[in-house]
Amino acid sequence: MTDKAMPNAVSHLDPETHKPYLDSNELIINMGPQHPATHGVLRVILKLDGEKVLGTECVIGYLHRGVEKIAENRTYTMFNPYVDRMDYVAAISNGLGYCLAVEKLLNVEAPPRANYIRVILTELNRIASHLLWLGTHALDIGAMTPLFYTFRDREEILKIFEKYCGARLTTHAFRIGGLQYETYAGFEKDVKNFLALLPPKIDEYEALLTGNRIWIERTKNVGVISGKDCIALGVTGPLLRASGVKWDLRKAQPYSGYSDFDFEIPIGQNGDTYDRYIVRMLEMRQSLRIIEQAVNGIPEGAIMAKVPKVIKPPVGEIYQSIEAPKGELGYFIVSDGSTQPYRVRVRPPSFVNLQALDLMVEGMLVADVVAVIGTIDIVLGEVDR
Amino acid sequence: MLNELMSYLGSTVPPGIAGNQLWALIYVLVVFAGVSATVLCMNWIERKVLAHFQIRLGPMRVGPHGLLQPFADALKLLLKEDIVPAGADVAAFWIAPVLGLVAAFTVYCVIPFGPSQAVTDMNIGILFMLGVSSLGALAIVTAGWASNSHYPLMGALRSSAQIVSYEVAMGMAVVSAVLMTSLNTKGIGTLSMIGIVEAQREQGVWFLFKFFPLGVLAFAVFAIAMVAETNRAPFDLPEAESELTAGFHTEYSGLRWSFFMLAEYAAMIAVSSIAVTLWLGGWMRPFPNLLSGNFWDFVFSLFPALTFGGLAAMAFLGTTRMPPHPYFRIQKIGIGVFAVLLGLLALLLLAIAIGGRGDDVNIAGRLREGVDYVYWFLLKVAIFMYLFIWYRATWPRYRFDQLMAVGWKVMLPISLGVLILTAIVGVVVS
Repeated sequence: MTDKAMPNAVSHLDPETHKPYLDSNELIINMGPQHPATHGVLRVILKLDGEKVLGTECVIGYLHRGVEKIAENRTYTMFNPYVDRMDYVAAISNGLGYCLAVEKLLNVEAPPRANYIRVILTELNRIASHLLWLGTHALDIGAMTPLFYTFRDREEILKIFEKYCGARLTTHAFRIGGLQYETYAGFEKDVKNFLALLPPKIDEYEALLTGNRIWIERTKNVGVISGKDCIALGVTGPLLRASGVKWDLRKAQPYSGYSDFDFEIPIGQNGDTYDRYIVRMLEMRQSLRIIEQAVNGIPEGAIMAKVPKVIKPPVGEIYQSIEAPKGELGYFIVSDGSTQPYRVRVRPPSFVNLQALDLMVEGMLVADVVAVIGTIDIVLGEVDR
Repeated sequence: MLNELMSYLGSTVPPGIAGNQLWALIYVLVVFAGVSATVLCMNWIERKVLAHFQIRLGPMRVGPHGLLQPFADALKLLLKEDIVPAGADVAAFWIAPVLGLVAAFTVYCVIPFGPSQAVTDMNIGILFMLGVSSLGALAIVTAGWASNSHYPLMGALRSSAQIVSYEVAMGMAVVSAVLMTSLNTKGIGTLSMIGIVEAQREQGVWFLFKFFPLGVLAFAVFAIAMVAETNRAPFDLPEAESELTAGFHTEYSGLRWSFFMLAEYAAMIAVSSIAVTLWLGGWMRPFPNLLSGNFWDFVFSLFPALTFGGLAAMAFLGTTRMPPHPYFRIQKIGIGVFAVLLGLLALLLLAIAIGGRGDDVNIAGRLREGVDYVYWFLLKVAIFMYLFIWYRATWPRYRFDQLMAVGWKVMLPISLGVLILTAIVGVVVS
């Protein structure tokens, strides 16, 4: 490891030879990019004193694919499937954000029926994302079993996606202006079955974890971050809400007809890993509430707004953000009036939230680094893009 | 030769005590082979049980229901490339796994599967067991140091700290059980493993229920400390996968890695045996006082045959539940053969139980008693082994400082208190 890779953590240069050396009291450990608990290819360089963390540095970019650059060489329609590959566990949210952004640029609105179906699918995807987070987070902390239970139930959601649009993960479910596919016969029944299926399962996870003494000890007062720090760092989503800030874009800047639905924003107080866990568990239940209202009130009508075959938005720039499972997902699109965007900038929640890692783990132990990486809920596809 | 073989069968003490070297050697071989085979089976059982906890199937491919998986695993590990990392301390790197294995297997010398079903008996048996089994920590530290790598080093540090802290509480709990042995008619305590079980027999109660709740508390402390001692979940910090990749054996592969695996499971069986011996009456069958007499002896001696008969029945049931596809025919045959083997074993055990009923003088009677002793001992140990797997499926992992806090601030005071109270109650009672 060179000094260049880690300007802050390793700064021990021998005054005579000018070569880097290690303080015998400190241990530099490379966690990742190949490590079971870094959720992909995140590399964290840890400076340790025994087990205590003195400093961290994230090295990212191992999964960089230049998604934003690709956008400049694709038409608006062609770029739509690419966004699914960013946060691949919440592909539908990514698609929704992009479609809303382009719709805003075109000044069209999706018809109400399309909005309701979008909300159902997006909220299902939020639950799927949270389930995956729960399983992997628990696995990081050492509880193996919840992983398999959450994947079992996530499977039910993926089955609905598969029936709806043929794909399970990278769904490309939405189109600019609405939806391409009408719901399949039995869609509502499947969703309602899932609504009945999940609450007892969430109780099951909570029975395994919420009151578990070891779980509480491992998560309470671990990775604490204040609401003020969250705002200063731009941290959003469940992390921000667990720190006591009631900020949810679904309420603050309603989009896609979210204002029609009655739901609450769960918040925590301490901003620790346990609160983030509780907030996400409650969010799943709130998502179920939204889905229930939506599936019972799907209006009849068209699923596609009047959008020209060749999308050529007027010159201008817009920013549209949505509340993705991991936080604020924003698209900033600059149009030069051609069929291809001049520039697309994605504001990915994982990337911004990952900044808080250093603040959250300083002075904690190695085991907490793993717990905190899990609680931030990163997807490296989205961090690196 | 034959006379020498037969001369021992009537003996009521372990061959080590009787000075019968031939039989001592036979016992060593039987125990070594038995433990190795059990470890192989445990590997399969753990994977299966864990899988069923986690709504998976576990190994299904190698043999029917993955029954041949342990052999495939062993073969794979034998054939694997043997890697010594650059910069490793080669000698120490070699010695560590062997040391771990030796430490784990040596303790079996004094484990009493029955009053005469042990390699030997020592007047310091329990001390010997605790001492030798904690040599395992040395193996882990050596492995971590010799690997010349960060993660193993941290795993080794964690392990040594953990074993040292839990050894104390464990020792205190053991002492309180040893104190109880001094309450028998002789008035003299014993450290001998066989002596401890004999003391429980003479007092007519398992030490688990002695001076309720003191015995239970001491047992609970031991039962928790033994999980920490063997580095199993939720105390598996030295090999915490999500933190230290694989902890102290990160750099090990192939045969030497399998030595660590063997040592871990052997140590699990060994500490479970200590717990069974000290608190659960060792080889004694349940309710020897309440349900005594020839009739009940006979009923309980049917249990070994019933167990294997039940397993055979389950295996037969398994053949009928196989899907009617040609692919499963060979599997059906395999599991059928397995069922037949289990059934034959059950018949053999049944023959022993019936042949040696109500009689403990001649060879048949001695054989029946021996089978009973070993069966009840192993059954109790098996329950612990199942618990080990259950813990692993259920609980998250403790953090290093919390583990230390539990060890020093909770377990040690409890075990000390139990020890003092046991001493006081013991004096008052006698």
